Amino acid sequence: MLSRVAESIYWLGRYVERAENYARFIDVNFNLMLDLPPGLKEQWEPLIAATGDLDSYKGRFENFDRLETIYFLAFDLKNPNSMFSCISKARENARTVREKITKESWEKLNEVYLFMKEGVGNEIWKQEDPREFINSVKYKIQLLYGIGDNSVARTEGWYFVRLGQFLERADKTSRILDVKYHILLPSPKEVGTTLDILHWMALLKSVSGFNIYRQVYGNIEPAKIVEFLVLNKYFPRSIYYCLAEAEDCLQKIYGSASKGYRNSAEKRLGSLCSQLEYSDVNDVISLGLHEFLDDLQLKINHISDAIHNNFFRIGDSLSKKQQTQ
Amino acid sequence: MLESITPEKLMELQGATDRAQVAMGMTFNVYHENKGVEKILPLDIIPRIISGKEWSIVERGLKQRIRALNLFIDDIYNNQKILKDKIVPEDMVYSSGNFLKPLVGMTPPKGVWCHISGSDLVRDEKGDFYVLEDNLRVPSGVSYLLENREILKRVFPTTFRGMNVRHVSDYPNMLFRMLQQLSGKENPVVGLLTPGIYNSAYFEHSYLALLMGIELVVGQDLVVNNDKVYMKTTKGLHQVDVIYRRIDDTFLDPEVFNPNSMLGAKGLFQAYKKGNLALANAPGTGVADDKAIYAYVPRIIKYYLNEEPIIHNVKTHICAEKEGLNYVLQHIEDLVVKETNAAGGYGMMIGPKSTKEEHEKFRALVKANPRNYIAQPTLALSTVPTLVNDLIEPRHVDLRPFILYGEDIEVLPGALTRVALKKGSLVVNSSQGGGSKDTWVLYE
Repeated sequence: MLSRVAESIYWLGRYVERAENYARFIDVNFNLMLDLPPGLKEQWEPLIAATGDLDSYKGRFENFDRLETIYFLAFDLKNPNSMFSCISKARENARTVREKITKESWEKLNEVYLFMKEGVGNEIWKQEDPREFINSVKYKIQLLYGIGDNSVARTEGWYFVRLGQFLERADKTSRILDVKYHILLPSPKEVGTTLDILHWMALLKSVSGFNIYRQVYGNIEPAKIVEFLVLNKYFPRSIYYCLAEAEDCLQKIYGSASKGYRNSAEKRLGSLCSQLEYSDVNDVISLGLHEFLDDLQLKINHISDAIHNNFFRIGDSLSKKQQTQ
Repeated sequence: MLESITPEKLMELQGATDRAQVAMGMTFNVYHENKGVEKILPLDIIPRIISGKEWSIVERGLKQRIRALNLFIDDIYNNQKILKDKIVPEDMVYSSGNFLKPLVGMTPPKGVWCHISGSDLVRDEKGDFYVLEDNLRVPSGVSYLLENREILKRVFPTTFRGMNVRHVSDYPNMLFRMLQQLSGKENPVVGLLTPGIYNSAYFEHSYLALLMGIELVVGQDLVVNNDKVYMKTTKGLHQVDVIYRRIDDTFLDPEVFNPNSMLGAKGLFQAYKKGNLALANAPGTGVADDKAIYAYVPRIIKYYLNEEPIIHNVKTHICAEKEGLNYVLQHIEDLVVKETNAAGGYGMMIGPKSTKEEHEKFRALVKANPRNYIAQPTLALSTVPTLVNDLIEPRHVDLRPFILYGEDIEVLPGALTRVALKKGSLVVNSSQGGGSKDTWVLYE
C-alpha cells in the first residue's frame, strides 16, 4: 500500500473516532448539568481542559458558557479538533484515497459531513437542547463503523483505519477519565457524596459502560471504575482493550505472528500493552491517576510517531537524497 | 418515450438525480475559485439518442482522424516530412508551446503517442457532424459518461431495456488492457498519476483508478532511482512500469520541463527515454491538438492516409496567415475567435453575442499576436430537448466521444454530451454553466 494512502487512512480512523468521542463528551456533560442541584454553576471548563485545547479556547472566548463551549467542541472550524474539523478532515482524507475505501463507506462519511455542514448553517449550538443533533452525528458514525465491519476486506487498509481508531479511542478514554480530575467539587468534603457519584456515573455513561459496569462491578467506587476503564480486558473502550486491538492491527500489517517485535512501533506499543497487562489498579492509583494518564497519553503519542517513521516516511530518505544532489 | 411521463414525474426524477450526485460526492472543483468550492456537473435526465447508422460514421471518422494525427506527431518528432513538403508551415509547429524539444528523436512503443483522446464534435442544422477540436493530451469527462449511464439506468429502467442501447461499461477494461500492453512485462504495475485532490478532474482520476484496480499516485509518491520509477509503500519501494498520467506534459519532470513543478517526479523523463517506464499519453502530443494546427487536419489526413476526411472540420481562419488575418479583422462581429492555447471555454469571444468594446478588444489582441488566434463562423449548433425548470426546451449541445489507441483503435460506443443550460448559450463547458446528458448509441 502507498505510504501516503496508509497515512491518510490511519488519520481518517483517528479523526472519525475523535469526532465520535467529542459527541459523547458533549452529550454526557449536558446530561450531567441537568442533574446538578440548584445553585451550582454549570461546569464546561473541565471538558475543554480534558481535550487539551484549553489555551486555544481561552485565547478566543472569555467565559465557559454552554453555548460557546458546545460551539467550540462541535462546530468551530478554527478549533482543529472540533467535531466539524475532524469530520471535514476525515472526508478530505477519504477523498484523497477514495479508490481505496468502499463506495458505501465513502457515501456514509460524505453524509455525516453534509449533515454537520447543515448543522452549522442552522446554528445548532444556539438551540436549547442540541443533544438530538449531536447524537445523530454519533449514530451516523456508528453506522459508518457498521458498514465497515460488514463490507471492508481485511487487508492492509482496514488495519490502518483500525490502528488509528483504537489508538485514538485509548487516548480519548484516558481523557474522559481525566475530566474527573479537572471537575471541581464544591468542597473536598464532597468526595463520596451524591454529587461525586453522579459525576462517576456520567463518566461511565459517556463510554456506554454504565450497565456493563453495574453488572460486573456493582457499586460505584472510583477505584473499580478506574480498573474498568483502564485495565479491563473485555470492554471495547477500556484503554487496555484498545491498545491490545491496536497491537493486533500492527502485527497484521507487518505480518508478524510470533512474539517479540520487529520495528520500533511494535516495540513501543507491545511494551505499553504488557505494562498494563501486568498492572493492577493500585499501581495506577499509587502513581496518581492524573500523572498516570498524562504519561499514558505521552506514550500513545510516541507510538504514533513510530508508526509514522516505520510506514509513512519509508522512501523519504531517497527523495531527500535526490533533492540535495 | 417522453410523452408517457408527466412533467411532474420528470421533475421528481430530476430532483432525485441531483441529490444522488451530491450524496455520491460526484463533484468537481472550479478553477480560480477558493478551494472547497465543489460543484456537481448537472445531469439532464433526458438522454440524447444517436442511431447506429449515424454512429458508424462518427466511429469511422474518428479512427481515421486519430490514425492520421498520430502519424503526424511521430513525423514531427522524427523525419518532419510533412514540414519538408510544406504541407504544414514549419513555424506553425515551432511556435507552438506544445512542441517539446526533449521529445525529438523519440519513438514510443509501437509508434503510438495519443493512447487516449477525446475529440469534440458538433452537428449543424442538417445533422452533419463536424470536429470542433481535438483533445490529444489528457481529455477528461469519461467518468461522467459512465456515471450518467448508471444513473439513467436507475431512472428509466424499462425504457432503457426496450431501446437496444449499446453498453459503455467495458471502458475500464478496454483502458486497463491498453495500458498493460504498453509494457513488455507480463504483469506490469500500472499507476494513475493525478495532480491531487484540488484538481477539477480529481473525481475522475480516483474513479478510473478504482475501476481499474490500479494505484492512484501523486508526485510525492514517486521516486526515481537508477532510471527506474518507484512508488513509496508501507513495505518499501515498488517499481512502476506504466503511468497513465493526468498531469500536463510540462509538469511531468522538473529536470526536463517546468523546473517549479511539484506534481511530477525528478528523473521520470529519463526513465521514460530509457524504456523503463511507459507513459500514456506520450509527452508531446499537444503539438497536434493545438488550435492552430487544427485548421490543417484535413490536409494532414490527406497527406498520410491519402483519404478524404470522413468528418469535416469547421471552417477555420488562421490569423497567422495573412489572408486569414485580414478576413478575421474585417468580420470579427460574425466570428468565434479562439485563443490557440486556451481550453475550457476561456479566452474566446463569440462575435454575434459580444459588445462593440469586446470586438475592439479582440481585434487589438489578434493584431498584436496573430499566431495565438484562430476564428470560425458561428455555427447553427444543433439542439436537443432538455428539462429546464418544468418545461422541455431546446438547448445547444456538443459531443465528446472517447478513442483508445493500443494494438488497434477503438471508439467507445457512447459519448459525453455537454449541454449549454443557459438559454441560447453556445458554451457547454462545465466551468461556464454547462451540464451533461447521457448519450444512447443504439445498435441500429
